Order: sequence, then structure tokens, then C-alpha cells
Amino acid sequence: MMVKKVATAILSYILSVSCYAASEVGVPLLDADVDVSNTVSLQRGARLFVNYCVSCHSAEYMRYNRMAEDLGLDPELVKDNLMFASDKIGDTMTIAMRSDDSEQWFGVKPPDLSVIARSKGVNYLYSFLNGFYLDSTRPTGVNNIYYPNTAMPHVLWDLQGFAQKTDDGQIFVPEDSPGDMTVIEYQQATRDLVTFLDYLGEPAKLVRYKIGFWVISFLLVLFVITCLLRREYWRDVH
Amino acid sequence: MSKVVKNLTDLRDWVDARFPLMQLWNEHVGQYYAPKNFNFWYYFGVLSLVVLVIQIVTGIWLVMNYKPDAEFAFASVEYIMRDVDWGWLIRYMHSTGASFFFIVIYLHMFRGIMYGSYRKPRELIWVLGMCLYLALMAEAFFGYLLPWGQMSYWGAQVIISLFGAIPVVGETLSLWIRGDYVVSDITLNRFFAFHVIALPFAIAGLVLLHILALHHVGSNNPDGIDIKANKDPAGKPLDGIPFHPYYTIKDAPAIVGLLILMSVVIFFAPEMGGYFLEHNNFVPADPLKTPEHIAPVWYFTPFYSILRANTINFFMVPAKLWGVIFMGLGTMAFFLLPWLDRGKVRSIRYRGWIYKTALSIFVVSFLILGYLGLLPPTPGRTAVAQVCTILYFLFFLLMPFYTKWDKTKPVPERVT
Repeated sequence: MMVKKVATAILSYILSVSCYAASEVGVPLLDADVDVSNTVSLQRGARLFVNYCVSCHSAEYMRYNRMAEDLGLDPELVKDNLMFASDKIGDTMTIAMRSDDSEQWFGVKPPDLSVIARSKGVNYLYSFLNGFYLDSTRPTGVNNIYYPNTAMPHVLWDLQGFAQKTDDGQIFVPEDSPGDMTVIEYQQATRDLVTFLDYLGEPAKLVRYKIGFWVISFLLVLFVITCLLRREYWRDVH
Repeated sequence: MSKVVKNLTDLRDWVDARFPLMQLWNEHVGQYYAPKNFNFWYYFGVLSLVVLVIQIVTGIWLVMNYKPDAEFAFASVEYIMRDVDWGWLIRYMHSTGASFFFIVIYLHMFRGIMYGSYRKPRELIWVLGMCLYLALMAEAFFGYLLPWGQMSYWGAQVIISLFGAIPVVGETLSLWIRGDYVVSDITLNRFFAFHVIALPFAIAGLVLLHILALHHVGSNNPDGIDIKANKDPAGKPLDGIPFHPYYTIKDAPAIVGLLILMSVVIFFAPEMGGYFLEHNNFVPADPLKTPEHIAPVWYFTPFYSILRANTINFFMVPAKLWGVIFMGLGTMAFFLLPWLDRGKVRSIRYRGWIYKTALSIFVVSFLILGYLGLLPPTPGRTAVAQVCTILYFLFFLLMPFYTKWDKTKPVPERVT
């Protein structure tokens, strides 16, 4: 099991070479450091997601029962505690807000989040959630260093508190306006949320590493056998 | 047991009396004599056949759940990824297969160039192979629209608009291809028809012709020697061995090796850092929002670079049209190789330094062009692309001269 874990870790590290490095405005991104195999983190992320995101954003390709199954949650528990926008466990995560309403309120329809982690990358999402600061010139009262002039309000403000931006572009939470969480707790919470978004973008991620390990192991054995067979047959070719 | 064998033999004989079964088998497999000195480079023909089969089989299963409708296409792909049993695996096999198809085809073509496999009497095999390459590019282009993401949409928009650069008929032509004023549901439907019916048929037919032509004249080899020149009294080439069992067995580890490499991508990096599945293609197509940077998938980028490298209007022809012309010539130039090459030997093993240098420069320019095609252009990059474009074409233009002047080495009688 250990070998398998190490091999998977090394492979996924080597292969995770990615072309997302900086945000669109050139600000270097924070490292999200997500781990979708951490079920507890996924569960915490799911709770934040349905509480804070699924009022404006849909995830219309994701079904609640799939989430319950993948995250090891009791469907009844999900129904009672995690489903606010729908009542059938087999439903997808749609929202009640009409798109012309949201366009009027925010100027833009909040994007569907099903595959947001795949188009934007987890580092961007993590940075974005940690990039809000007070800006009285904006209609929402906040701005974001990773996505300047974003239309999205800072919905997690009660957790983070109201952050401010220093002159050299750093974000800090002043002591007189703290949120319910400490700085470290907030970072962990947003990391959980982004971990969930990463899973949401590709639920198969939870199984494909495991299956891949066995498939490749089988093929390696087959490779050795076919090589030996080849040597045997080619003995008489001079 | 022996009764089973006897029944099977009887069945074979029954068929054989009515269909040239054993004749076909012997001609193409059992008694097809292939040179015994095939090396690593000779795997890529069979590997491209393996990838073709993977693409066709996974393609059939994808079509069972995919919806060629601008309203539902993107959602149906996500449905395959989430709700269809093993749908994610089938989809990743298909998307990874597309990139691997080009990897093995490029290596297969490089082998042909390196060992002079296009030289007489194999010109037609080469021409058929080039037709296959063009058909494959069309197949990939049509298929790329189907997920209906931003890159699908805008990539198709850019490529179709290139036809608009053709004087007089251009605009009408691109309108005719799209079937609409912009890429739309109509375009998606016809691309789907081409991707799943027309081109797979064309490719399968061309593969058959490619192999028939090959088996008619016999395979070339790394020495570029005609093995039919030395036969034993029974008429079998002295340096040839029956394709089966020798090459069927020799190909087996190579096929498994390919499957291992594909599995690494499929299971551990299906997006391949955004090169096999582009990040922006996870955003549904939006005709009102042009992405800042539109890049084709990696296998088209060398030609895309050539297109962009044309920035100067001359001879009263606009730069965009020159770009389209050179991009076209860049792909078509390969067709002429059998007639451009005037070398006395086939294989690079017996060629002199001039040819080796020319080929190396060509390969390096091709790779640089491919790399630059992935990036947004800057003045510096464009200048490099222009130099590489010139070097790319010089390889073909000067070929009749440098292959003739090159000092070749004596070719051995028998394969080494």
C-alpha cells in the first residue's frame, strides 16, 4: 500500500506540470495545496459550498446523491443538512435565482461552478477566495487583487472578517474587524472549499488514480511477458 | 479436443472453398516477408493502427451518450464524465488517443523520411500516407468542435475564417462551410456528421490502400536495401522473415508499451497540463465572448505558427492570404518528397553530412514552430517563427540539390 501511495504521489507530482502560474492580471497565485483524497476536507468543503455558494451559483452537472456517495455521507443527512435548493436526492445542484435577476443585481450571471476548477485551476480559486479587500469605490464594497473589479461580493466575510490591502498589495485582517475564524482557520476553510471544487470538477478523480495504478501494474506484467515471448520466438532469427 | 480442432479446420476449409481466406492470410500475414532488421522506428505503423482502433471503439461508445446540439453538447460531455458508467474513462481514452495518434503519426512520418521509405517504388504508399495524414487532421479538427467549449468554438471560428482570405470566393466559401454566418448549431451538426461517418470511412479506406500498396512492393528497412534482390532457391528473400509470427510477436511489447504510456496520461494527467485538454475548453462556448488567446491543440501548432509568421503584404497579396498559402504549402510539401529527393541511397545511414544537417535543421525548425504556436505572439517570437518558416521551406526547396551533391557511403549487399 505504501509503495502504491508513493508511486501515485510521485506520478501525480511529475504530471501535474501545469500552465496556470499567474492570474490574468499577472499577480502570482497562492498555492492551494489541495488533496482530494482527504474525505474530511471534502466534507467540510461541501458544507461551505452548499451554505455559501449554491444560492447564487449552480453546479448543474453535479447530483446530490453522487456527492453523498463519493463523500461517504448518509443521503438522509445530505437531504436534511446540505440540500437547500432542491428536495430530491437525485437532483443536480441547480439554483432558484433567475439569470435575468442576477444579471440585474450583479451585472453578470454568476457562472456555473461544475467545472470551474478545471477552467480556472485550483490555485486561482484559492487565491481569489483569499484576495478580497475593502474598497469603498466598488458597489459591493470589496475588490479582489486576483480579479480586479470582480462583480462577486465577499460572501465569506463573516468568516474572514474585512480584510484590507496594504500599499505593497498584501492582504491583512485588522484586529478591530475580525471574522469568526482566525487567519489560519480561514485559509484552511477556503482550502477545503477549493478541494471540494476540485472534486466537483471531476468526480472521477477520486477513483482514477487507484484504477490507474492497477491498470499500469497489469500492463507492466504483460510487458515483461510479451518481451520474454518475443525473445523466445526471435531465437531462430540470425 | 482433437474433435474441436477438426471441426474448426473443416470450418476453415469450408470458408476457404468459398472465399480466399488462406490466400489473404498468407499474402498479408503468414507468408508476408518483412526485412529482419526493423528497428525501434518501425513500431509506429502498427501503433497508429492500434490508436485508430481505440479511437473508433471509444468513439462508438461516446456517440451513445453525446448530443450534437449546441444547447446540449457541452452538458452531454459532462454527463458522460459523471453519470455514464466508465464514461470518464472512455472520454479520456478518446481525448488522449487523439494526441497519441498525432505523436505516433509524426514519428511514423519521420521514419519514412529518415530511411527514404518514400523512394521508388514506394511513392504511392507515401502519397496515400499523406492523404491519411490530411484526413486525420480534418478528423481532429471536426472532432475538436464537438465538446462545444470556448476553444472548440473559437478554434473552429478562426480556422474557418481562414478560407475567407481566399480572393473572390473566400467569404462565400467560409459561409458554405459553416452553413451560417457564425459557427452555430448547424456547423456543429455537420462537423459531427464528418467526424463520425465521413472521415472515419475515408481513413479506414485509405489505411487499407496504404497497407495493400505496402504489401505489393514490400517493406523498406533501416538500410534502405531491396531484400527481394537476394532470394533463396525457394524464392524467399534471404533477409526476410514471415510477418507472423515474428513481427506480430515483436510488436506485442511495443503495443503494451504504448498502452502503458497512454494509461499514464489517462489516469494521472488526462489534461496533460492543458495541452491535451485545454483549460478554456471547460468553459461552454460563448459566441459573444472571444477568448484573449486562441491556440490550436499542440499537433496543429507548427502550421499555425507558419500562418502567423506571415506579417508582410507583398505582390499585392495581403499577409493573411500569404499565411494561408504557406500553411497549405507547408502541409502539402510532404507529398512531393519522392520526387524532390535525388539521393543515390535511400537510408540516412549511407547519406553524407549535408543531408543529415538539412534534416536536423528541419526537425528543429518544426519543433520550434510547434512550440511558438502554443504561445501568444510577440515581435521577438514572430521573428523566430519567420526564420524557422524559411528554414522549413528550404528543406524542401533545396532538396533536389543537396541530396544530389551529398557524398553518400557505399550501401552493403545485405542488411546489417
